[in-house]
Amino acid sequence: MAKFTLPKNSKVNGKGKKYPAAKDVKNKKTFSVYRWNPEQDGNPRMDEYEINLDECGPMVLDAIIHIKDKVDSTLTFRRSCREGICGSCAMNIDGRNTLACLKPINEVKGDVKIRPLPHMPVVKDLVPDLNHAYAQYASIEPWMKTDSPTPTKERLQSPEDAQKLNGDDGKGPSGCILCFCCSTSCPSYWWNSDKFMGPAILLNAWRWITDSRDEATGERLDQLEDPFKLYRCHTIMNCTNSCPKDLNPAKSIAEIKKLMVERHS
Amino acid sequence: MSNSIQTPLAKAKGLGSSHHGTHHMIAHNITTLTNIPLVLWVMYSVITLRGASYDDFMAWVANPISVVLIILFVISVFKHFALELQVVFEDYVSCKVARIIIVVGMKLFFFVLGLSTILATLKVALSSGI
Repeated sequence: MAKFTLPKNSKVNGKGKKYPAAKDVKNKKTFSVYRWNPEQDGNPRMDEYEINLDECGPMVLDAIIHIKDKVDSTLTFRRSCREGICGSCAMNIDGRNTLACLKPINEVKGDVKIRPLPHMPVVKDLVPDLNHAYAQYASIEPWMKTDSPTPTKERLQSPEDAQKLNGDDGKGPSGCILCFCCSTSCPSYWWNSDKFMGPAILLNAWRWITDSRDEATGERLDQLEDPFKLYRCHTIMNCTNSCPKDLNPAKSIAEIKKLMVERHS
Repeated sequence: MSNSIQTPLAKAKGLGSSHHGTHHMIAHNITTLTNIPLVLWVMYSVITLRGASYDDFMAWVANPISVVLIILFVISVFKHFALELQVVFEDYVSCKVARIIIVVGMKLFFFVLGLSTILATLKVALSSGI
């Protein structure tokens, strides 16, 4: 049966450390952060850091970097661009998957609870193991596949066809930054991630299926036509709700399903 | 987690695609649509038959229109139910052998139940002399 309970030693046991701010700090906020170290035998804990908001930037990532620099250098997390392009700082903040660099601190009422992306193996603290998700991405062969001779100049594409990738508002499937906020918010992906591709990968599969320059549409649909790879999607819509780039993975999956029906009819 | 040493890509590709699933979705969507009028008709019939005698009820079952609609209702609803339950079992039963046994058993159950209901309806209709 599907596992509805957490594995041994994975429950947060509540015995976290507290790092209070100085007594004279007025503008402070508490950040409750998931901590787990594979080199120490024990359960994860939630450490509480009181941060002087006058000393750090406006986003949650700024606060995490502040903690790392000034309070507790052992805190481990991924980050790179700090402007919502790289997808590195995807984590669960205040119960929602999002990018720490795009999440303003003042949007969170009360303590800011920060956990790693749900239902993924944890490498350390806020760093999830994304190896399987990246392998699933590689499995859809996310590059242009053509049989026609390579043109001497660029491959032509009409503005209308380009718009299918970019979207009317720039929020088409090509805008995906592979942060996996969507896949890790999807219950179907939680239960069946060994076979279900998940919304992030299916969105990217659609990005290549709908690319007018690609000549492997049939092969790509063949690869996806499977009760588990594609049809585990039950239109729960968590993916679209959680996407920090406001993309619509659920719509992309629906478009793939429409093409499946079209070629069967 | 398995102890097998495989690359992440080999694990992700697994056994590849089974090249089916679309007919399941089409059948599910069609039965969703056909269920709407049929369920409404059954609800209407139940309301109008409230307080009816046994003979009245048997006469209603034996009516040719009722017979056709009851058979369509049984096929549509049971087929839809079986398709839905298959999805639930595929979602939550991760043991392959158990999943296959449960899904096949469930389909047989609904097939026998549906066939029995249809035969019972036909028996009432044909024996009524209408």
